[in-house]
Amino acid sequence: MTSKDSSTSSGIGRVLIAVYAIMALGATARSLFQIATKFDDAPFAYLLSALAGLVYVVATVALVRSSRLWYRIAVVAIAFELVGVLSVGILSLVDAALFPADTVWSSFGAGYLYVPLVLPVLGLFWLYRVRTSEERR
Amino acid sequence: MVEWFAWVQIMVAVVAGTAAVIIGFVGVRPNDYTLGATLLVEALLIVQLVISIVAPFFGNLATGNALEFWIYLVSAILIPPAAVMWGLIERNRWSTVILGVACLSIAVMVYRMSQIWFVQLA
Repeated sequence: MTSKDSSTSSGIGRVLIAVYAIMALGATARSLFQIATKFDDAPFAYLLSALAGLVYVVATVALVRSSRLWYRIAVVAIAFELVGVLSVGILSLVDAALFPADTVWSSFGAGYLYVPLVLPVLGLFWLYRVRTSEERR
Repeated sequence: MVEWFAWVQIMVAVVAGTAAVIIGFVGVRPNDYTLGATLLVEALLIVQLVISIVAPFFGNLATGNALEFWIYLVSAILIPPAAVMWGLIERNRWSTVILGVACLSIAVMVYRMSQIWFVQLA
């Protein structure tokens, strides 16, 4: 549809980048606030939250860039994100004391309208689409 | 923060956001309506900023953590202008969808801010 090379930042990929950028901003700001003000309440959860913020930042940058290296970084970051939200989701249900309600991946991202759960699935699907369309050339 | 105004903000942002996402997917490029609606969402955020600075002097204080409230508000204020700039530079359907995503994000953030101000305990 467009005449640009098929890369992760073309077409609907831009929407994905925008959502990742917003998640990066929100999750990082929130985790920094939590670490700065109430770290002792749930240190493990808040550190994990900061890690999640970092993963979102890396994913955003990796999706914007167009080299093979950045493509692989995007795959790793988004796959890690999916594993993270599923693991933290399960853990937060099983051990509520370890994960108070307000971290980005708690309860599978319920506090963020489950965007953290759906986003990595869409992200991996998009990366797959980009790769197969490049292989067809 | 003033509660009824927050709800006005949320409704405007949801309507603007949903409309932009839908017409963006249909293929409409950023136009005066979608860009204007996003700027309106931003203007309402600025008004809420002023309200929230002034409110404590009238005895209207956040029940939750004020720092958390301000972090949300400042983050929110950054988003619509970034989306509008993107929409002005790249005039295609995806930019319209992005305007919509930005507005919907603001709706969620204003809702969270209202929770912090009116519901949560610090």
